[in-house]
Amino acid sequence: MRGYLARKTLVYGLTFVVAVTLNWLIPRLMPGDPVQRMVARAAVQHPETIASMTEYYERTFGLDLPLWQQYLNYWAALFRGDLGTSVWLFPAPVSQVVLDAVPYTLGIMIPAILLSFVVGNSVGAMAARSRWLDNVALPVGYLITAMPYMWLAILLAWGFGVALGWFPVAGGYDFGLVPQWSWSFALDLLQHWVLPFLSLFLVSLGGWAIGMRNLIIYELESDYANYLAALGAPKRLIRQYAFRNAQLPQITGLALQLGTILGGALVTEIVFAYPGLGKLVLSAIQNQDFFLLQGTLLFVVIGVLVANFVIDIVYVLVDPRTRTGLTGGTA
Amino acid sequence: MALAVNDLKVWYRTLRGDVKALDGVTFEVADGEIMGIAGESGCGKTTLGKALIRLDTRMQHVGGTVVLDETELPLSDDGAMRRHRYREVSLIPQYAMSAMNPTRKIGRMIRDLLAAHNVRYTDVLPELERRLELVGLDAEVLKRYPIELSGGMKQRVVLVLSTLLNPSLLIGDEVTSALDVSSQKAVARALVEFRDHGFVKSMIVITHDISVLFQVADTILVMYAGHLAEKAPAKTIINQPLHPYTKMLIGALPKVGDRYEEQQLEGIEGRPPSLLEPPAGCRFRDRCPLAHDKCAEAPPFKEVAEGHHVACWAVS
Repeated sequence: MRGYLARKTLVYGLTFVVAVTLNWLIPRLMPGDPVQRMVARAAVQHPETIASMTEYYERTFGLDLPLWQQYLNYWAALFRGDLGTSVWLFPAPVSQVVLDAVPYTLGIMIPAILLSFVVGNSVGAMAARSRWLDNVALPVGYLITAMPYMWLAILLAWGFGVALGWFPVAGGYDFGLVPQWSWSFALDLLQHWVLPFLSLFLVSLGGWAIGMRNLIIYELESDYANYLAALGAPKRLIRQYAFRNAQLPQITGLALQLGTILGGALVTEIVFAYPGLGKLVLSAIQNQDFFLLQGTLLFVVIGVLVANFVIDIVYVLVDPRTRTGLTGGTA
Repeated sequence: MALAVNDLKVWYRTLRGDVKALDGVTFEVADGEIMGIAGESGCGKTTLGKALIRLDTRMQHVGGTVVLDETELPLSDDGAMRRHRYREVSLIPQYAMSAMNPTRKIGRMIRDLLAAHNVRYTDVLPELERRLELVGLDAEVLKRYPIELSGGMKQRVVLVLSTLLNPSLLIGDEVTSALDVSSQKAVARALVEFRDHGFVKSMIVITHDISVLFQVADTILVMYAGHLAEKAPAKTIINQPLHPYTKMLIGALPKVGDRYEEQQLEGIEGRPPSLLEPPAGCRFRDRCPLAHDKCAEAPPFKEVAEGHHVACWAVS
């Protein structure tokens, strides 16, 4: 187990280094010059003022140094927790801006991922045993899982927000409220949370249900299920075994899906103007804010890596076969 | 008499029609008897074995009865049949290597199965450990996952597990087929031992390997295309077979001392008829050297000597 963890940590460490490097590199390859933009925003005409402002900003952001030094500085700053200063929200530090947005993204993603996984698997398992439910769940599942995130988000916003007026369609909380610890604010937060959560939840739900249904049917045909049935085991026990075993490929699927779901979350946030990382990415790109974009993407990368790492460990805990592989087997 | 099968018919429903895999078989298995079933593939051996314990969804019980210990088994009623399974009829499946849930420890799986039959695991644990020892396994295997055992070990665990509640009838389907010869011998010996210890009253051993039957079985039943061809004590089947099909089947086995550079090992020409629309009369007619006009009528399965039944016009 320790060797396995060490190996996994090494792989994830390497992935992290590559991700950080790309993360640093990509904004620098983007067209447009953010310093020029900031200078332009000041709306000064005098060429000398422009020159000195440009110089000042370049020094502040460390853009006057050669590229390799910028790269090293980036790493050094990273370990100090310093992600630079936002250009768009100057002079707010990027880490602060990102940390303010992270709870919103996690707040819709974690419940959406876990609930859709649990509910989807249960629905799929039930569909595998009831023809009636199967005939309903399968087409509905295919329909919602094939929907692009933003399309479903737009439909929900229109249906529940505009047409029915049950939920607000934009923002993380009412624009008239000031964030504070109070019941009315919490309730408002919850109301704004429902639709973004729902669109993420629904799109993932169908996939899990269909996957689980197919896997359960496969497991119920397997040798151990037949043997148990021949020995008079009740259907309940056989289904219980089948469900447990069918979950293993689903967990692998979850690890593979994380990136997609995260991408979906970012898009969904944009549709609902939800103040999470997704909206931050969009604003950063629109305002050519290198540092904010880097910082946000860095958090996204860290999030995906941590989640995958957790799933790797969970998988070892639930599947004894991977465990025996780790210890070299004892047979 | 432990088991009496009377005119049992089990057909497979397919889109092209019914495949008459088991078309009216009648035989008995005595208390303490180990009966082997032999025949080439597609003759209905496995269908017979399955029919006695659990019909799969495509199989249909068309007619006939199965009586075990004076009780008729409700073959086509899966729910009612469940009470007879394991306690009265048990099975060692063809696929013993993959018969156990890969993600449960073996002991835990046995505990779950016993709980479903209202038997306390701790009550049978000493007996379970004793029987594992009997087949040369350590009680420690109960704490292992199936993947940690070798094929031969899994086979023996399945043997012990299947017979744990002392069933009246054990059906062993190709028990030794996937094993190497030394494991085959160990398993064959264990089967006989289990009968001798009274763990199992009677046994039906299904195999295409007649030499294994010769080691294990008291009597051998030869099947051909969904019908019975011959049943007799194992020695008689090997040494004085009467049915032409049995003769050819035995003749196709290599013998020690024969030199096959000089003479060819003989096979049986042709192939068994389709069971979708089997020909009337004796089904072996087309491949039989003794076939004559009478064979257009199905021959009865008649006792020609004590314990020796044959279905052939040329013999009876």
